[in-house]
Amino acid sequence: MHSPTHAAAPPHALAGVPSRLSEAVLEGLWGTAMDALARASGVEMLGFPFMQRAYLAAVCVALIGPLVGVFLVHREMSMIGDTLAHSAFAGVAAGLFVNSLFAVTVPPLLAALVVAAVAALLVQTLVDYAGAYRDTSLAIVLTGSFAVGSVLITATDGGIAVGINAYLFGSLATVSETNAALLVAMTAVVAAVVAAAYRPLLYVTFDEVGARAAGLDVARYNRLLAVLTAVVVVGAMQIMGVILVAAMLVVPVAASTSVTGFKRSVAAAIAAGQFATIAGVTASYWYDVAAGGTIVLVAIGVYLAAETRDRLRSRSSGSGRKTDDSPTPRTAVSADGGDEADPE
Amino acid sequence: MAAIELEDVTFGYGEQPVVESVSLDVAAGEFLGLVGPNGSGKTTLLRLVIGLETPDSGAVRLFGDPAHEFADGERIGYVPQDVTSAKNQMPVTVEEVVRMGRYPHRWIGGFSDEDRRSVRAAIERVGIGDLADRRVGRLSGGQRQRVFIARALAGEADLLALDEPTVGVDAESREAFYRLLHELNDEGLTIVLIEHDIGVVTTHASEIACLNRTLFFHGDPDAFVETDALANAYGGGQRVVHHDH
Repeated sequence: MHSPTHAAAPPHALAGVPSRLSEAVLEGLWGTAMDALARASGVEMLGFPFMQRAYLAAVCVALIGPLVGVFLVHREMSMIGDTLAHSAFAGVAAGLFVNSLFAVTVPPLLAALVVAAVAALLVQTLVDYAGAYRDTSLAIVLTGSFAVGSVLITATDGGIAVGINAYLFGSLATVSETNAALLVAMTAVVAAVVAAAYRPLLYVTFDEVGARAAGLDVARYNRLLAVLTAVVVVGAMQIMGVILVAAMLVVPVAASTSVTGFKRSVAAAIAAGQFATIAGVTASYWYDVAAGGTIVLVAIGVYLAAETRDRLRSRSSGSGRKTDDSPTPRTAVSADGGDEADPE
Repeated sequence: MAAIELEDVTFGYGEQPVVESVSLDVAAGEFLGLVGPNGSGKTTLLRLVIGLETPDSGAVRLFGDPAHEFADGERIGYVPQDVTSAKNQMPVTVEEVVRMGRYPHRWIGGFSDEDRRSVRAAIERVGIGDLADRRVGRLSGGQRQRVFIARALAGEADLLALDEPTVGVDAESREAFYRLLHELNDEGLTIVLIEHDIGVVTTHASEIACLNRTLFFHGDPDAFVETDALANAYGGGQRVVHHDH
């Protein structure tokens, strides 16, 4: 079934050793495993190289999305993902624009990565200086980026508008070999960085002032988190699409906040993400609908199911209880006499 | 050695100084109660002490080093003002928070047996052993206070800085909390506490600093009660600095 020569493979982007390495991983390891799975299960699509790459992307995206998203959600910075996705879109447009103008082949994803990373630092700087008006800064960068993208697209005579659609809404076919290799590399980098910076990131997320008192350079970790977000957004953009990519940072995390223990909740978020992306990619192929939208709908379904279960569980555990494991924090505080407290 | 030295410290967020010409030494092992009316600069002074702000003029030294450059994060335990507000929905457990106290010793790499022992001992010391696996966000205000104290103890902090820690905590838990602070102070921990309840501070603290932009009083609690520094600070009358040591 699986032919090792893939017609659409662009030979230019990754030359020499990295190319052979990525080929060995993509075609060799992943391809062989998926071929075996296809034979064993009798599901034909698992043997198609483009579907194999889509599943690979799904697994990667659902790993790094929640891994970074968990730090964003608990700092109420969910919208930064959406902002950087629009910056990445400007990057894609810039890449395609440069390609069409100078007959060079800059991978659009690489251009997106650079632009989104710069935007991440810009956003963080704006946030640092704008203080309380954080969402205003985000709104300016978000719309500004999209404006740049749309101007660049229309500045050429329509040639690149076709390619841009795949990035806007996401598509399984967008995951070329080059893009898959880039995504695997980005996943490895993001996972390694989060693992290395896990403790500072957790400290800053839980208690920013305490983290500063403990000697952490909070601004540096904020920038790191923003750049990691940019990387995740660019990686996930291919199958999710610019408009929906932020969902992978937020929805699996939201679905798993009822899991007690931070590490366990991260694991649960990744599991929820894996389920959503794999089911989403499969359904998207079967019904020939947009992958990004399908994945987000499955993820939101998981979130709603988790919420419903929590509600039912807390209701059945007795609404009259006023112990400290009561479902709402407010109950816990009033049980402690919090309501009568007066800071004056 | 003085744990905290403030030398003619002035600081403001804008044109107007929030803290002006404050000089103050706190010896290691003391329990300083910081009092003053709302908006008197207490929190700002505490932030200066633990190095979160850099003075516009003057110097703040922590264990002999400039506070804002102070790198030994594990020596400072900070209990923030809004610790009892219940907005934090993060799924962290009590033990995970207390483990953070060890982080300044070990930002990367596995926890050693000593790390684990410190965490366990700190949790037991403040009496929350049965809560270790609970979510911090679902504890009562008083229990959450203890978690933050345990975090500082796990890090073997030399200085504990608390900003109105018992806002939103009922009277009984509050009394128990101050007994705990008292014991920890007896064991040698230096404590700086902001507290709006003058009666509580004068009972438990070993010295009092009364602030309203400038320092109105610094000395022992009995002397503080006898002076009119409090009335002056709150009433904005004449500024007389009583330094009785």
